[in-house]
Order: sequence, then C-alpha cells, then structure tokens
Amino acid sequence: MHRLDMISIWFFIGALLLIYGVLILGAGLYELAAPPTHPVVLANLHAGVWWGALLIVLGGFYTIWFRPKREP
Amino acid sequence: MQAIALILLDSGSSRLLSLSTVDLVIIALYFVAVLGIGFYLKRYTKTGEDFFLAGREMTAWVAGLSFLAANLGSLELIGWAAASYQYGILATHWYWIGAIPAMLFLGLVMIPFYYISKTHSVPGYLKLRFGEPARALSAITFGLMTILMSGINMYSMALIMKVILGWDINVSIWISSITVALYVFLGGLLSAIFNEVLQFVLIWLGALLIAILGLIEAGGWSGVKERIAHNTLNNLTGATGASYTHLWSTLGSFSDNPMGIHWIGIVFGLGWVISFGYWTTDFLVVQRVIAAKDLRSARMAPIIGAAFKMMVPLIVILPGLLGLALLPDKLVGESQAVATGAHSYNEVLPLMLARYCGPGLLGLGITALIAGFMSGMAGNISAFATVWTYDIYRPLIRKTASDAHYVSMGRWCTLFGALVSIGTAYLVMHFLSIMDYVQALFSFFIAPLFGTVLLGMLWKRATPWGGFWGLLAGTVSSIAMWAWVKLDPTALRYVALSPQAKDMAENMYRGLWSWLICVAVTVMVSMVTAPKPVSELSGLVYGCTTLPVEDQVDLWRRPGFWACVVAVVFVLLNIIFW
Repeated sequence: MHRLDMISIWFFIGALLLIYGVLILGAGLYELAAPPTHPVVLANLHAGVWWGALLIVLGGFYTIWFRPKREP
Repeated sequence: MQAIALILLDSGSSRLLSLSTVDLVIIALYFVAVLGIGFYLKRYTKTGEDFFLAGREMTAWVAGLSFLAANLGSLELIGWAAASYQYGILATHWYWIGAIPAMLFLGLVMIPFYYISKTHSVPGYLKLRFGEPARALSAITFGLMTILMSGINMYSMALIMKVILGWDINVSIWISSITVALYVFLGGLLSAIFNEVLQFVLIWLGALLIAILGLIEAGGWSGVKERIAHNTLNNLTGATGASYTHLWSTLGSFSDNPMGIHWIGIVFGLGWVISFGYWTTDFLVVQRVIAAKDLRSARMAPIIGAAFKMMVPLIVILPGLLGLALLPDKLVGESQAVATGAHSYNEVLPLMLARYCGPGLLGLGITALIAGFMSGMAGNISAFATVWTYDIYRPLIRKTASDAHYVSMGRWCTLFGALVSIGTAYLVMHFLSIMDYVQALFSFFIAPLFGTVLLGMLWKRATPWGGFWGLLAGTVSSIAMWAWVKLDPTALRYVALSPQAKDMAENMYRGLWSWLICVAVTVMVSMVTAPKPVSELSGLVYGCTTLPVEDQVDLWRRPGFWACVVAVVFVLLNIIFW
C-alpha cells in the first residue's frame, strides 16, 4: 500500500498471533503442570507449548517488523 | 457443493466438542480484531475507487492471498475433508487440475484485459466489450447467484456450529453475518481484503497442526497408506487400498476408484469448463486481483494464489485421509449417521481437531473455521455491492450522481446484501429443497459466461450481439437441460452421457454443453452482425491491445517465470501422487 500513514495488515496479523501465542502457550504450560484426566492423543508432545511458542515468534516478528513508524 | 447438501441433512446430532475459557477468549479476540480492522480502515475509504476496488493499491501478495481466501470458506474445509475421507486423495483434483491451470491462465492471459480496461467488475468488462445488454444480463444473474450462495453458506455454517459446538443456529447466523456486514460496510473491499489475509493466516495456523500431528501418529505418508489399505479392505464399493491414495492410476475405469469417475470427466469437465469458468470469470475472486496496485502485481496475484492453492490439500485433504487411517470408528453417510447415531463424514475435521487439540489449540481451530466462513461471505457481499452499484444501479436506475452517492449506495448495499443472505438462510432452513435449485444456479451462469468472456478477449470479430445472444443461449440452454432432467430423469443419459451419472457429473456435463452452445451461438451471430471498429477494442481484445513487455525486468520478477515454476511443481505433484 502506498498510503504511508496506513498501518500494514501484517502488523495486525502479527499482534493477533502474538496474543494467541501467549494464550496457547499459557494453556499448554498449565496442562504440563496439571495434566488433564482425559488427555488428547499425542498429549506427550505438548503441542500447545511449541505451537504457542511458534505463534509468539511469528507474531513477535511481524509485530516488530511492521510496527507503525513515527513521522521523523 | 455436495458437502453443503450433506451437511444440511444433519441437524439432530449432539455436539462434538466443548470449549474452555481460553478457547472462547481466542474466538472473541478474533471478532474484536476483524471489527477493529473495519473501524480503522473506514477513514481510508472515501471514494468509489477506495470502497469498491480498495484504491487499486494492493500488493501482489495481499491480492493473491485475498484471492485465495475468498474461495476458502469453512464449508470448503469441512466439506472437502469429508470428501477425502469418503473418496480418498481423488478430492485433491479439485485443488490441483481443477484450479491451478485456470489460475495461471487468468494471471498470464486474462488479467491484462481486465486490468488495462480499468473495469470495476466482470460485467463491467462485458459492457466495454459487448455493450449494455450483455452487462445487464451478467450483472443480474451474478447478483442473484452471489446473494443466494451467501445465504446458503451462512445457514450451513450455523448448522456446523450447532453440530460441533451446540451453538444456537439463530445466534450463529446473526452474529457472524452482522460482523461481516459491519466490517465491509465500514471499509469496503479494503476491509474485506485486509481481513481475508488475516483469515487466510488463521486458517493455516488453525488447521496445519492436525496434518503435522496426524503424520507423526501414523508414521509418515507410508504409514498413512498402509493404514488406509488395511482399513478399506472390506469396502463394499470394491475400491480399496491404492485407489484411496493415488490420483490418476485408478481413473481409467469408472469402477476402479471410490468416486466412480473417469479421467475424461476430470480433465475436460472439471479441469476445463468448471475450473476455468469459476477462476477466470467469477467476480467474487477476480475482484481481488483487479484491486492490485499495478499490472505486474495483478498478474502475480493469481500465480501466488496458485502456489498456495497447491498446498491447501495439506490442511484439507490430508486431515480427511488421516481420519480414514487413524480414527477408530468408521464414519458413515449422513442418513446412516442420523439413523444409527454414528459420526458422519462431515465430522472428520472436527473429530481430528478434538483428537489432537487441547485448550487454546481447539479455540484456534474453531477460529479457523469461523474465519473461513467470514472470508467467503465477505467476498460475496463486497462483490455483490460492487456489481449492484456499478452494473445495475448506476446504468439502469440512476445514471448521474456523485461519487459520494455511489459509495453510500455501496455501503448500504452491503447491509442489504447481508440481510437478504440472512433471509435466504432462513428460507433454506424451512425449505431444504431450495438447495437443489441454488446449487444448480452456479452451473447455469458460470460456464456460459466463461465462453463469452474468453471469445471477447481473444477474438476481435466477436460482435456485441454475438456476445449477448451467446451468453443468453448458453444460460437458457443450461437451465433447460436441468429442467429436462428434473422432469424426465431418463434424459440424464443424453445430458450426462450416462444414466448412472451423479449430480457432480451432471453439473460438469451441463456446464460443458452450455459453454459449447454459448461459443457456437456467439460465433454464428457474430458472423452475421457488424463488429465493433478495431479502434474501440483497444485494451479489451488480444491483437488490438499493446501489452507491456517485460524485457527490462529481472527474470525472477516476471509473472511468466513464476507461472512456469508453479506449473512444474504442479506436474511433479501429479506424478508423485500418480
């Protein structure tokens, strides 16, 4: 987009992924600490932990890289 | 399409999944995000060009991902996962041969004419090329088809949410459609495209985990094939083992594959008329491409879309196959599921979600399904608003008004379109047989339109009356063939060349005939009527248009180069999974 004052869509995506990552990682760590009575299949892989971490990395990168720039 | 009908039959199941607080927070945040984007973008949509064409400022990536997301509805995810459980890897044909060649053709051959002509829409192109009658016919049929399809999808989505989560149908319909209508109302196509890119990312991140964990559990692709071969040993259809995991090797005979289809139907019916008709002339998807910032970006957008389209089977087809390989209980058809209480094919994706996803991940997966629905509906609503305002309201009702007036009309039209869609959804709820008619609408209009646009772009001798009568003849003949089979089912042997043809095959053949009739009538009428002067065809027709050359552009920046790369990968994938 050539409208310089417009925030990039990738910033919005990054911010949402970052928040999702924190929530999913948090839920995964909680399950790690207090395993549920009826775990999902392959619960031993702790998908919530590493998928949440992946979202944090992706989201963090896009949030920082595409953050709104201040006018000089 | 078939999947939608199957889903509609199932309304009595109890819910499959329960959401935790963190899941609900994730879903709620998604709604906040899409509405926030709509409110933020309102300030950037002041002119008609902003509202209806996103200011023609989209990069190739944004336009390409939006182009694909507008097609990736939640029913696409659930329906095709179900189809792959039922028919195996053959469902992949709808993503590869049923999409990739057409998308590359759009980018390389057709986009220059859409883009250079500066049209606002596909009916708008017909106006420039063939005149007002062809535009009016195309705009009215497109508007009708789009709004009805939107309502059907809305109801089907609400029903899915009821089956999976136990949500009330009315709440699902109203909350999701008002959200979509609001953000398109505020930011027009710009808002729809921004949200479609967001939705595209969420769909991938929500659904990809199933494929990864499923492959780990099954022991890789070889493990999937072994398990499917074992699980389909006693299949009553006779199609077993390899026929579920091979794309082409079992298509030499109708009886050798679980879909009961022949390669000729796949190549010429799906790969030609249906696929090219949808991907090159359905304004729902084309609108995203002509919103690109320049011609090179517009040509790259469908090529980028094609590259991602090739990968979509990873999150749609593979989960279905993994379900076939790994789920302990055998899934059944809808009627059997209702009678026995077993799980149906349409539940394979939610079942796989429930199998692997704990709190948080489950919320992300459900968000992916909701995002899919919204991206599809936003596509319908924004395309409808544009066609209504520019191709029906302005030429037929109010020819001279300010740009601000037309923007206002477009905004209110998004709300009106959403309300009509909701009305359609309730109509379908009470009269399920409407589904049969609405599904047929798609095949009535798209195939002949492809014939008209193709001849218009590639044959300068095609005349305005040739274009109009060809389009009308193709559409009327398609409706007539459909009515003929409805009234006399034995006519199927003539229309679909086989009395055993299923709905999908009938649609393909009807599309092929109506396309041929459209082309034949266009040619015949054009030969006896006066063509437009060549000077009026500049920018509209091949041979009368100076297309920009790219000799000075680096090879890796040329759309032709990337189209070749995608084409090579497409061929390799078909060979690998032959």
